[in-house]
Amino acid sequence: MERTSPHTLVALPAYQEERSIGGLVRSLRERFPYDVLVVNDGSTDGTSDAAREAGAIVLDLPCNLGIGGAVQTAFLYAREHGYDAVVRIDGDGQHEVEDIPKVLEPILAGRADAVIGSRFLGETEYRVSIPRIFGIRFFRLLVNLTTGYRVTDPTSGFFAINRSLIEFYSHHYPSDYPEVDAFILMHRLKSRAVEVPVRMYDRAEGKSSITAFRAVYYMVKVTLSYLINRIRRFG
Amino acid sequence: MSRVTILSIVVSSALLLYILEMVRRRKLREEYSILWLAGSVIILVLSIKQDWLVGIAHAAGIAYPPSFLFLVGILFILLILIHFSIAISKLYMMNKKMAQELALFKEELNPPDSRE
Repeated sequence: MERTSPHTLVALPAYQEERSIGGLVRSLRERFPYDVLVVNDGSTDGTSDAAREAGAIVLDLPCNLGIGGAVQTAFLYAREHGYDAVVRIDGDGQHEVEDIPKVLEPILAGRADAVIGSRFLGETEYRVSIPRIFGIRFFRLLVNLTTGYRVTDPTSGFFAINRSLIEFYSHHYPSDYPEVDAFILMHRLKSRAVEVPVRMYDRAEGKSSITAFRAVYYMVKVTLSYLINRIRRFG
Repeated sequence: MSRVTILSIVVSSALLLYILEMVRRRKLREEYSILWLAGSVIILVLSIKQDWLVGIAHAAGIAYPPSFLFLVGILFILLILIHFSIAISKLYMMNKKMAQELALFKEELNPPDSRE
């Protein structure tokens, strides 16, 4: 494996993304010197082969763990292989790969432990549905009131973390809907988290992991685990 | 002896014997049998020792003593269900860890470099 310096891994969790994953991996490998890791979260379609053919390192989970479990697998891989930074983007092409260097920069410069790509900073073409904007506002308020962070996009799945957080998350990472929870974990670790503007697009293929029915469950579950993470002990 | 007392003696001894037999045959782990055993023993003892049951029921302000038996039964069922939820959560964590380790090992055995 060719080493880039510093050693950076782009991690993509993917579930049933055979149509988009190959092109995404190829465009990442053409543009950047980073290693590309696809965590195939128990897909039953050709996701794994498509990613492998495009030149990604592929981790095949034997069953569907959900997004948090899949992303944590990437952190475990990064820790074992001594990566200095992990950028996590969606496997469905919602996140603009051109913005990856922007998300990485504060980490590589040592100015932040975590960088979150926000679709609401700067000019944005991203259109958000009414229920979703309500959810995002709610979590924004929750995070901003309980931590010192000033976050505009608390549910963003486009972020980068450095070694200290790779180490911590490889032990403790929420199983589902991990993004909001991560802020309370970072707050408790006194991590330096900053946001940078990124571009996100509506889904081209497949369907979002959050359907209307799950929205309420999502809100309750995330709020509960967020509040519990405030009082939890981490061994 | 009232009929409800006889019924609870029969049911709780049958339950006790059944649980013991399952543990003996290793179909039930000791860990998970403790609450079942404790529950059935307490109900059995209170069914036999009528005066204990009546005493406790009166102390608790329960007019009809056998309903105290039902209360004990329901409480044990609740405890057992919570115990199951905890056990399932533990199994989930173990299962997640194993799936992750398996994915990592599979990649290590068959890294991209080794492919055609």
